[in-house]
Amino acid sequence: MIAKNNETYFFYPNYEKILSIIEPKSKVLDLGCGTGELLQRLINEKNVLGRGVEIDEKNIIKCIAKGLSVFQGNIDEGLAEYHDKSYDYVILNKTLQVTHKPEFVIKEMLRVGKKAIVSFPNFGHYSIRLNLMFTGKMPKTEILPFEWYDTPNIRLLTIKDFKTFCTKYSFKILDCECLSRTGRKIKFCFLSNLFAQEGLFVISYKKI
Amino acid sequence: MNDNSGKMTDSVGIVKTKCFTFANPPDEMMLKCGKKLGPVTLAYETYGALSPEKDNAILIFHALTGDSHAAGYHSEKDSKPGWWDTMVGPGKAFDTNKYFIICSNYLGGCKGTTGPDDINPKTKKKYGLSFPVVTITDMVKVQKKLIDHLKIKKLLAVAGGSMGGMLTLEWLISYPDSTRSAIAIATTSRLSPQAIAFDHVGRNAIISDQNWHNGTYDLDSIPKEGLAIARMIGHITYLSDASMHKKFGRRLQSRDSFGYDISSEFQVENYLKYQGDKFVERFDANTYLYLTKAMDYFDLPSRYGSLTQAFKNISAKTLVISFTSDWLFPPYQSKEIVKAMMNLDKDVSYIEIKSSYGHDAFLLETNHLTKIVKSFLTNLKLNDGK
Repeated sequence: MIAKNNETYFFYPNYEKILSIIEPKSKVLDLGCGTGELLQRLINEKNVLGRGVEIDEKNIIKCIAKGLSVFQGNIDEGLAEYHDKSYDYVILNKTLQVTHKPEFVIKEMLRVGKKAIVSFPNFGHYSIRLNLMFTGKMPKTEILPFEWYDTPNIRLLTIKDFKTFCTKYSFKILDCECLSRTGRKIKFCFLSNLFAQEGLFVISYKKI
Repeated sequence: MNDNSGKMTDSVGIVKTKCFTFANPPDEMMLKCGKKLGPVTLAYETYGALSPEKDNAILIFHALTGDSHAAGYHSEKDSKPGWWDTMVGPGKAFDTNKYFIICSNYLGGCKGTTGPDDINPKTKKKYGLSFPVVTITDMVKVQKKLIDHLKIKKLLAVAGGSMGGMLTLEWLISYPDSTRSAIAIATTSRLSPQAIAFDHVGRNAIISDQNWHNGTYDLDSIPKEGLAIARMIGHITYLSDASMHKKFGRRLQSRDSFGYDISSEFQVENYLKYQGDKFVERFDANTYLYLTKAMDYFDLPSRYGSLTQAFKNISAKTLVISFTSDWLFPPYQSKEIVKAMMNLDKDVSYIEIKSSYGHDAFLLETNHLTKIVKSFLTNLKLNDGK
């Protein structure tokens, strides 16, 4: 089960980035769409045909109140309800870290979508490294605020890890954005794994 | 016990069933089975006020043994309100302060709409089994006549649970431009063989009753036993293992230990008997045969080749709701509906409510349903004219 508690979960603004990536009038499926903010902005500002998948009933009710079309489902169980290549983009925005089967989920995304947009908190950030080094305890940050025993974030990874993962499974990285706390792009790429709070990748299978 | 002052506060109050008759000979209506029927009388109730623009009407479809009396009371002496009073009324999910709610008894029914229980004007005798077999398509066709009669061009929504959900889907397909939205609850595009099997046993119980006489029974000797058994079987399918545990456990009704005889001792037995006995007082046995048969025949994928083909032309915003413990209309059947609609890029949302109530959940999970339906309808209202 994937659960995100929106009261305590720290969101930082990467919506602008995603909005800038997605082409107008495309078909977008947002996995773990929460209360539908991103989806609504994509529909309003990019004129996309947007749909969502969400596990939490309370969040879905909020989506429905916004007029969004959302399917209640657990993305760890796959996307059986969706046909192959039926979407231009499948988004997994800051949800990868809570999936039980990340490899399966991403493969499903690339089955259903031509491209996948995946973002996650970067565990390689220097503050986390220092935190672990000096306290000897599992780091807690604004983005990852939970104790090790009650965190929904069971997949902690770094930007470097994700790149290795893509190579292993032959996912082509079409775009890699290393974002700071405020959603700004980190200028020096070689330092990104140290200074980026978030990694945002656009991937596809090698052959589109 | 007839002090209704309290119960009237969030109720639509005293309501009256109305009638509408059409298809008078020689203009009888043509049914799916190829036979003609007329005149057809339709019993219906309405709650709330129709807006001057006639854009706030919601048509509600009842379940198998329901009727047009969805909300309020027929008289101050009534101990129970209409079947969906928890959802229909001022401030409720189907808010009668905002919406004009219509509910009508199905063709083939026994609560005021023409059915096998009525007198055939041609023969001056009860129709009985000479009543033509009616389908969900026919039932929806008749309700469309009512909506036309009320001069409503486009409904704000159609909504229903269980068999009512079948009519909801049928409406979407038959009259795609005549509703802006649809809410299909605990329903299916076709019954599973398991569900047909239960219907079959129910029908068999009725026709095996020695009072049934090929459907020609008199009011003073109705096939009570058979109808009661049919109802008991129905009730088992509406509950779940968990809800039965919760409701009855293995408790005995009126003793502390087994009597070692074959009389009914368990609470669950007593409950079923009570439901059976109560049912025969209000429902007609032949109607039960006809309506369950109509449900069994309903099969959208076969009729259209596939579900995707069936929903190809629908245009309404749709909300599909299922319940986790419903094994009569299991969630996978709702998901099939949603899948077909999603792959046609239709505007469809799906919610699977966690509930232990089984199929009955659609009448019992009021809190969940109220929140969901309210937010769905409120958004439609906000987007008026879009």
